[in-house]
Amino acid sequence: MAEAIIARELRKSYPKDVRALDGLSLQAEAGTIFALAGPNGAGKSTTVKILTTLSRPDSGEAQVTGIDVLRYPDRVRQRIGVVGQKTGATPEATGRENLVMQGEIYGLTGRPLRQRVEELLERFQLRDAADRSTKTYSGGMRRRLDVALGLVNRPEVLFLDEPTTGLDPEARMELWQEIERLVGDEEMTILLTTHYLDEADRLAGQLAIVDKGRIVAQGTPDALKSELRGDAIQVELANPSSGDRVHEALRSLPGLSAIGLEGSTVRARAEHGASAIPTILSALEKEGITVASMTLARPSLDDVYLRYAGRVYHDDANGGEEAA
Amino acid sequence: MKAARHTWQITLRYLRALFRQPAWIGITLIQPMIWLLLFGALFKSIAKIPGFHGGSYIEFLTPGLIVMLAISSAGWSGMAYIEDMNIGVMDRFLVSPIWRGALNAGSVAQQVIIIALQSLIVAGLSLAVGGHFPNGVGGVAILIGVSALLGASFASLSNALALVVRQRESLIGAVTSVTLPLTFLSTAFMQQTLVPNWIRWVARFNPVNWAVQAGRSAATQHTDWNLVLTRTGLLAALLLVSAWLATRSFNSYQRSI
Repeated sequence: MAEAIIARELRKSYPKDVRALDGLSLQAEAGTIFALAGPNGAGKSTTVKILTTLSRPDSGEAQVTGIDVLRYPDRVRQRIGVVGQKTGATPEATGRENLVMQGEIYGLTGRPLRQRVEELLERFQLRDAADRSTKTYSGGMRRRLDVALGLVNRPEVLFLDEPTTGLDPEARMELWQEIERLVGDEEMTILLTTHYLDEADRLAGQLAIVDKGRIVAQGTPDALKSELRGDAIQVELANPSSGDRVHEALRSLPGLSAIGLEGSTVRARAEHGASAIPTILSALEKEGITVASMTLARPSLDDVYLRYAGRVYHDDANGGEEAA
Repeated sequence: MKAARHTWQITLRYLRALFRQPAWIGITLIQPMIWLLLFGALFKSIAKIPGFHGGSYIEFLTPGLIVMLAISSAGWSGMAYIEDMNIGVMDRFLVSPIWRGALNAGSVAQQVIIIALQSLIVAGLSLAVGGHFPNGVGGVAILIGVSALLGASFASLSNALALVVRQRESLIGAVTSVTLPLTFLSTAFMQQTLVPNWIRWVARFNPVNWAVQAGRSAATQHTDWNLVLTRTGLLAALLLVSAWLATRSFNSYQRSI
């Protein structure tokens, strides 16, 4: 099996002409972590909802583990695990009760079910809290239970929708390690969405950047970054300046490309960053623009986003939730 | 098999939620007492109206009250759905291979258990304050049965509505504007021959009245078995339609997300 997930030309609009997906296509190889990265509202969650049979697209098609999602949703459901953005565990029940119920839904019973539940409690360090109501769980514990719930049926493909949003750094790191272990030890395919580009960079074997309902770039994180030749240069101006003046100053400099200005920050790409710095400095000063600071970096996924989406990446939490 | 197992899991889940709330248990026990004693005292003199027959008002009131309590608890069933949508539980169920019917059936089963418990409390209280059930346990069982049938329909319709409106406020508005009028457009508290003609006419099409008539007739002397059977049949048909609607409504919910 080569592709665990295939989506072709998915389109979906919500009432009031909100276009969530605008011809999104992707292919995720089996046995890897596939990250769908992009800002809030880009269409990541809608994609996951369609691939997990929760929602239906207006047009387009999708297959998960080779099975048509729209035609045979029940067969897909049996083979996947889903961890949504919201918890999904029932608050009045204990962790163990939640896991047992989830197992029963997938047709596990008796001893195999009990063994599976104990195994997951152990693995996600929930044994001590197993018989407490999940209302008493901390955010990190609840997230671990959510992932455990998604794994009860030993899915071939696991979907994680923004798994680390709202977690503290330590809990996030723990979850990252667990996700990496799942792919390594159990040869599972994982599709995760994230609006943290660093998370995608760290975890993903394959990455797709989503913007306005379409995939704007897809590949391994390294390949995407190395496609951007040269270094990223960021210049902080002492005072906000007009785009025209900055462009005027930098336009003619050799080896400089992708010049952009936002507020008082100028971004550009340079083939040889180190030698470009003094040239940029003097060119700006000649125009009477004062520079406060300047940084030089190897390309990051933020630069990839800038290149393909045509604007600077903001992962602000109040960027508007996707149409739910 | 799968359907039964899934329904049991959902029922178990709701019962757990219920019995782990001491406050709920208290309210469920006390509420019937308040209604029976309050209505019993308030409307006591109805029994003295010329043309009223059928013994004491408590005896007349008990079946009406049991039916009223059934719909007023089952009508809120959809609130649990909305809560589940908000916390993510609903989505987790819908991406699993769970039988959709179980999500409604489990919720309805919980309501039926609540209705049975509350009805038994009302019946017991009624006996304690001097009411009689001439047809004994059998009559009371039929009374509780028709109340449960009606409650199951109300619960299913409430669930269906919850899946469509997805907002607490809309559901609250709909439930309150339906249950009370339907109760008073029935013979729950007033004998049929004593209500205005138009109410009598409307009541013929009111499922609440079907349950009240069948339940009252079964529980009191001179049972009209023809009435009991036809009304029970109508209620069963209503339940089938409501349950079908509730199960179909998951499609509507899934289309909208």
